[in-house]
Amino acid sequence: MTDTTAPILQRTDGAVAGNRPWRTRLRRLQPGLALAWLVVAVVLAWSIAPDLFTSYSPVDGVAGQQLRPPGAEHWLGTDGLGRDLYARIVHGARHSLTGAVVAVTVGLLLGTTLGLIAGARGGWLDAAVMRLVDTLLAIPSLLLSLSIIVLLGFGTINVAVAVGVVSVARFARLARSEVVRVRRSEYVEAAFGSGGSFIAVLWRHILPNSLTSVIALAALQFGSAILALSTLGFLGYGAPPPTPEWGLLIAEGRNYLSRAWWLTAAPGVVVVVAVLAADRISTSIGRTEP
Amino acid sequence: MSARHSERSEESPANSVPLLEIDDLAVAYKVGDAEHRVVRGISFHVDPGEVVALVGESGSGKTTTAQAVLGLLAGNGRVHGGAIRLKGTDIAAWSQRRLDRVRGAVISLIPQDPGSSLNPVRTIGAQLAEILQIHRWGDRRAIQARVLELLTRVGLTPAELRAGQYPHELSGGMRQRVLIAIAVALKPDLIVADEPTSALDVTVQRRILDLIDELRRENGTSVLLVTHDLGVAADRADRLVVLRDGAIQEQGPVRDILVGPKSAYTRQLLADAPSLQTARHRTAAATTEAAIVVESLTHDYPVGGSRARFRAVDDMSFRVLRGTTHAIVGESGSGKTTTARAVAGFLKPTSGRVVIEGIDMTTLRGEALRQFRRKIQLVYQNPFGSLDPRQSIAEIIAEPLLNFEPINRTERARKVRDMMGRVGLPESFLTRRPQALSGGQRQRVAIARALVLDPRVLVLDEAVSALDVTVQAQILALLDELQQALGLTYLFISHDLALVRQIADTVSVMHGGRQVDAGPVATVFENPDSSFTRELIDAIPGKRMPVAA
Repeated sequence: MTDTTAPILQRTDGAVAGNRPWRTRLRRLQPGLALAWLVVAVVLAWSIAPDLFTSYSPVDGVAGQQLRPPGAEHWLGTDGLGRDLYARIVHGARHSLTGAVVAVTVGLLLGTTLGLIAGARGGWLDAAVMRLVDTLLAIPSLLLSLSIIVLLGFGTINVAVAVGVVSVARFARLARSEVVRVRRSEYVEAAFGSGGSFIAVLWRHILPNSLTSVIALAALQFGSAILALSTLGFLGYGAPPPTPEWGLLIAEGRNYLSRAWWLTAAPGVVVVVAVLAADRISTSIGRTEP
Repeated sequence: MSARHSERSEESPANSVPLLEIDDLAVAYKVGDAEHRVVRGISFHVDPGEVVALVGESGSGKTTTAQAVLGLLAGNGRVHGGAIRLKGTDIAAWSQRRLDRVRGAVISLIPQDPGSSLNPVRTIGAQLAEILQIHRWGDRRAIQARVLELLTRVGLTPAELRAGQYPHELSGGMRQRVLIAIAVALKPDLIVADEPTSALDVTVQRRILDLIDELRRENGTSVLLVTHDLGVAADRADRLVVLRDGAIQEQGPVRDILVGPKSAYTRQLLADAPSLQTARHRTAAATTEAAIVVESLTHDYPVGGSRARFRAVDDMSFRVLRGTTHAIVGESGSGKTTTARAVAGFLKPTSGRVVIEGIDMTTLRGEALRQFRRKIQLVYQNPFGSLDPRQSIAEIIAEPLLNFEPINRTERARKVRDMMGRVGLPESFLTRRPQALSGGQRQRVAIARALVLDPRVLVLDEAVSALDVTVQAQILALLDELQQALGLTYLFISHDLALVRQIADTVSVMHGGRQVDAGPVATVFENPDSSFTRELIDAIPGKRMPVAA
């Protein structure tokens, strides 16, 4: 046997994919992507330990310091009650980020489960689930999330759940199409052929192989969720006023637009940058198909 | 062929400039920061009116050489040494613009895959006219007339009707004819044919190669034929260039190489090519018990609307004795894969019985069917698609055990290691993923996965068709050894008659869903009942070669 296998074995030299040392990988990291990860890291750090980044209180104003423009003392200026804007943005990261995580988790879990069942089972169940998803997609997302908030009541977590439910349709659709693609592959049939039960094949083959794109969508939805949460916060459906939530900051700043531009511009820019960073990371995940 | 030889030597005196001369050509691909040398200093030439075949296995650099001649290397490819002289002029360093005037007019290409080489949204008439327009062949009316003439010439008639059709309305063979028409439109001096028939059935392959031969003789064109099939090269070429790992192993007149190969590698290739072999004598099975009995198997597929049905398999019956190999041969669409899938229990036939080891599979469902899968396993054609890219080799082979046997981890690992040894894979592969393995190694993994449950019957659906001949020979040797050792019964699905002649005991020939011939291999091959089987046997390439000792 050994003499017949020898010629094949010779071919295996090199050509081992995915074993590149991390140094080379790090060098290959494009500057844009590195920046995106940096932004996410900073926002994450803000939400975990806001006090490391600012010594000002986000809720108590200092008398006589109202509406100061950005400067050395207050990096991003102060608002109408004399509160440091930078401190409010840093502390607000926790609310926005928690909300986005909850929203994406709700969408990812519900949506992927629906898509997985629909795609793997097929037949009438597939048709029923997908028509439900079509209905969800037909309703404007803002209207839908407002209706859900009205049902659940106000509050940061409820708003996040509402945003998450709106994204269920997108996750379900993508998960289903990926599952249908993977289901048709020969290795799935081979798994059934070697005696795999439906659940075992679903868990071992279909789920891991269809998850890459779904994870990419989750990163994308993370950005969208921050945006949606800010929108709802701006409209007054999110956290109640003293809370430094990013959307609420923009809404409060709106009244001073002519006198204090920084009150809307600074949180606005932070939201935009965070969303862009999430988008960029999502693209990079989508490209690393095996 | 000898007549052609003498003709040519009169046409081209030895001292004239060759049409194409490759001189110490080296090509490398840049992957990341590293340069992979794919062609390492090869030299050969093509004389006017001559057919030279570049023969080699995948990765030998034959296609890269052909692409370099046409200036069509992939973006990361680069010629970094040597010369490509066309009629004495070195074109290796020419810009794409300069090459545009030569390509199509002086050198043209017949590409490999007729499925993806035509623009799906334009009619074939328009695509054929395009090359004439690019090279300003004449006015619109002249071009239109020439298009019809060319289509008629390559056998696509009525030409007026065909010119208005889109690629999807044509079969694979017809699309290849369109590509040939495009290649010969401007009567080039050299045609590079890159595996022109490897995607086609044997009978179609023969007609296409005949057509290229005729056109070549009419116009005195030279052909650089790139092929992995030694049989095809032996039939069609004047001279052979045998490549391996980007270097020439041997070159010379076809007859000389086939009769007296000088390099060990060429000898290996010749020994492994099924089309060049004489039938192997197989000892008859000692048993009369049947492992597989198929009785009047019929399967219909629904087509589009509710009532319309397509009969893929029509009243198929055969018996396979325990420990023997039964082959089902036929062209694409003949119903052989449907039969295999019905036998393996992946589809419920419309009617008929499939009895495996005494149990009628068509009556089983649910848990009973799942339990029965231990007895029969399927090995797929494509080892790149049948292994989960995310699993390690150990996980792939262990999976069937997880499904059936509640044995502990160490016991399972031991069984997996045994199986690896059985199929000739080193233990260091256990932790690798499928993409780090070559095609032949992957197919060994697929066979190991099929055998780990100790089945009685193995259905091999074109299981060696995607592999190079030397690897193919190794896998067939492995299958034979396993059959001897474990008493397995094989149902071997193939389009390759030469291969079937070599390895099977009995054979069924399928055509259009029906079994047109059946019986022991020797009987069917020497004395076929149907004209279709005779046509298939005649189309096996490698007929015209002098039989090697």
